[in-house]
Amino acid sequence: MNYKAVGLREEEYQAIKELLGREPNESELRILGVMWSEHCSYKSTRPLLKMFNSEGKYVIQGPGENAGIVDIGDGWAAAFKVESHNHPSAVEPYQGAATGVGGIIRDILAVGAWPTACLDGLFFGKTPRNSTLSLMDGIVSGIGGYGNAVGVPTVGGKTFFDDSYEGNPLVNAMCVGIVSQEKIITSKTAKAGQLAVLIGSRTGRDGIAGAAFASAELAEDTKSSKPQVQIGDPFVEKLLIECCHELLREKLIASMQDMGAAGITSSASEIAAKSGTGIYIYADKVPTRDENMTPWEIALSESQERMLVIIEPENYERVEKCAQKWLLECAPIGEVTDDGRFKIINNGKTVVDLPAEMVGGGCPEIHWPSQKPAYLESIETERAYTLPQDAFRDIFLSIISDPNVKDKSWIYEQYDHMVQINTVVGPGNPVSVIRVKENNKFLALTMDCDPWSCWLDPYNGGAESFLKAARPLWACGAEILGMTDCLNYPSPESPENYWILTETVRGLAQTAKDMDCPVVSGNVSLYNESPGKKILPSPLVGLVGLLETMEDFLPSGELEESDVLFLVGPKKGFLAGSLFQRLLDKSIQGKPVQYTPTAEISFKERALRTAKDKCCSSVRVIGSGGLVTAIAKECIFAQKGASINLKSEHLVPEVLFGEGGPRAIYSVKPDKIAIFEHIWQDFGLLKIGTVQKEKTLEFLGLSSFSLLEITSCWRR
Amino acid sequence: MKACVVVFPGSNCDRDVIHSLSTRVKANVSALWYEEHKLPQDTDLVVLPGGFSYGDYLRCGAMAATAPILNAIKGYAEGGGLVLGICNGFQILTEARLLPGALLANKNLKFICRQCTVRAERTDTPFTSNLQTGQVLKMPIAHHEGLYFLPPSDLKQILANKQVVFRYCNNDGTIDDKSNPNGSVDNIAGVINKGGNVLGLMPHPERASEKILGSEDGGLIWDSIASWLKKGGRC
Repeated sequence: MNYKAVGLREEEYQAIKELLGREPNESELRILGVMWSEHCSYKSTRPLLKMFNSEGKYVIQGPGENAGIVDIGDGWAAAFKVESHNHPSAVEPYQGAATGVGGIIRDILAVGAWPTACLDGLFFGKTPRNSTLSLMDGIVSGIGGYGNAVGVPTVGGKTFFDDSYEGNPLVNAMCVGIVSQEKIITSKTAKAGQLAVLIGSRTGRDGIAGAAFASAELAEDTKSSKPQVQIGDPFVEKLLIECCHELLREKLIASMQDMGAAGITSSASEIAAKSGTGIYIYADKVPTRDENMTPWEIALSESQERMLVIIEPENYERVEKCAQKWLLECAPIGEVTDDGRFKIINNGKTVVDLPAEMVGGGCPEIHWPSQKPAYLESIETERAYTLPQDAFRDIFLSIISDPNVKDKSWIYEQYDHMVQINTVVGPGNPVSVIRVKENNKFLALTMDCDPWSCWLDPYNGGAESFLKAARPLWACGAEILGMTDCLNYPSPESPENYWILTETVRGLAQTAKDMDCPVVSGNVSLYNESPGKKILPSPLVGLVGLLETMEDFLPSGELEESDVLFLVGPKKGFLAGSLFQRLLDKSIQGKPVQYTPTAEISFKERALRTAKDKCCSSVRVIGSGGLVTAIAKECIFAQKGASINLKSEHLVPEVLFGEGGPRAIYSVKPDKIAIFEHIWQDFGLLKIGTVQKEKTLEFLGLSSFSLLEITSCWRR
Repeated sequence: MKACVVVFPGSNCDRDVIHSLSTRVKANVSALWYEEHKLPQDTDLVVLPGGFSYGDYLRCGAMAATAPILNAIKGYAEGGGLVLGICNGFQILTEARLLPGALLANKNLKFICRQCTVRAERTDTPFTSNLQTGQVLKMPIAHHEGLYFLPPSDLKQILANKQVVFRYCNNDGTIDDKSNPNGSVDNIAGVINKGGNVLGLMPHPERASEKILGSEDGGLIWDSIASWLKKGGRC
């Protein structure tokens, strides 16, 4: 069998021969083909991920385990991670998205946490073609179908629309779990002599070598890849969560791994490599769905809803009994050894014999050639935009009805976002808030990305992607504990793509570091290309913040009558890559503003103080669609009118529709204006209008809208 | 109050009901495994919680309706014991024929999770004894099969028996098509048996029993049960 057939490169094959001192046999080659794929080995991005700072005062566990873990006080911790399921969702949207949710929930389960909330970052084509609509429909139903049944609420997320995602939608699923700090499970604690037990579904031929499929561009005929997509069963996942937690309560688990990409192989070899042990897997002991599965098929199957649990042999009966109670298959499939070998033995015959460390960690890094893309030189940066008064009305209405801005309740109402009764602020809001019953504190969660500014200016786009997720957390009064990210990019093999990838990660990493936010987990998805098309650079950022009490929480969409509206921050945003610019030019043009760390830190401090001083009713950070869109959303959510009175010098597109930078609108209580002004003096502070009883939104000098009109336009 | 919440494989609102009952009315609540054959002694209330029992791969609730504990619950209900089925629990009660009708897929064929308002049609039941007739409660729904259906002749009968306890309504209590989230016959959101001791509800009171969750109206149902029990089973 040729190494190319399993997706390996020549130098990787040479490295294998060198590490082994012999030729690998066919089973070994297939296993290494998957384990050394981009998806499993991060071989193209390992050098880049080193740019991320993963240390901080709240960090309990950084990258490298199934999920990052941060301290949330009182002996409790939050475990979280985001992961992509892009390729499977492009091929089979329902199951692709469903198993994406299932996979990330098991990652959280694997560290011993109770999965408490999910969020989803979705990226779809914008033109409403049938193919796009059916992908959207399938993906949303899949996320709902799985998450609803498994009983983990989908409390928030973000949806993006751009035609670069047509045919290659992105599905990034994030899960947050709560765990007692004393009961965190790691993959480092297995000991020789312990038993490896498989709990969960039977192993079938579904999803064999799915990780390798996710490490190449999508084929013209996506249906040909269907065998690589796994099928999910949320009922079994629910039982698995209950069963594993019962085993944890009874202290029967020494170590644990979920089976995601590369199934038994990755989970078993990872435990062995991290624990400094070996592991032998007896393929004939694995309960299978299909007859006559070969040992390598068993080792690489990505059948869902399975966990590998390491236990003391004398506890096996108790483990088996618990699995039976929860109607799950349970089988002792292997043993932990002291020889550092990853072996697969079938009916007494050793079919795979590799050093455990080499399986997951042996793949050499690839340093792809990197080159600044030529298009960046030809971007039009000097164009001036004007706003004729009679054009405002149409532009405004087309912006608030743009899919990127308009109401997403048709998506999130299909998700159970309330089960577990912790959802204090649910989807549709800039920040989602869940209660932690265990310590009576609250987690504030956001997810965001700015693919358009990443395209125009990768470094600053990476920065803006972080800041878009961070600013609403500061504004609501939350302290950021940590970050997870999902780096979605096209093929790194193009030097221009690789340059963009590097620069956006550099911007993202630097900003997170400047803002004191450790990166504790993440995932990379490359090769997001379909024939003739590649996605925009899309580094999705997921943030977890802490609120000690809801007293300190400043909501959005809660305007109060006779409040005074203020804009804080620079008066002008940037039009480059903004929704306004994209709608007008039908292309992405311009030069986004530079990220200024001092301004962002100053915004953070003032925003946190504003929330604490309780001088405002509502806040909204300015995002997609600019200032006027932020005002419109505030009015729509609060069902209150507003009168906006800007000087004529401010009636320019940069002020009204500009995006980015630390800008927000505050609805200030009339008797607290002095306190508010004191906090924001010297930062950029502009009184822009008042909240009014009358149900109209008037922009004096421009146009006026009834609340009903903008609400129905936004909802339609 | 001594309550038990039945746990089927796939139940996912069991902990929520336990939390809500024990914090709101300080009930002594325990989880009851579906394979049990009898209820704990002196049980005042049995709750069948929401979720996806057995994955709901067959008709929702059909598998759970055949579980061993259902026999005990049937006996308990015949003796006048209080049984409340919420969402999947309601589906189970109709499958077990403890309640009339059936729950079909929502009119839009999609899962719907959102706040709803329902109107109390009766206040002479143990579950609504603290409410005013016509009182509007804000409680969320979360289901794919919540369209309450029964043939016209049966509908006539349950209306004649006053078995409809809650109807979906607008904020001001008016009942129309617009306020009907899932296409239920006659806007029906909750139905009681003839004996008045077994209630099925599609909205989730346990998700609306704390101010922080956006509504405390569901707590009024727990309060009603508690005061009904306190009064020795009278309204």
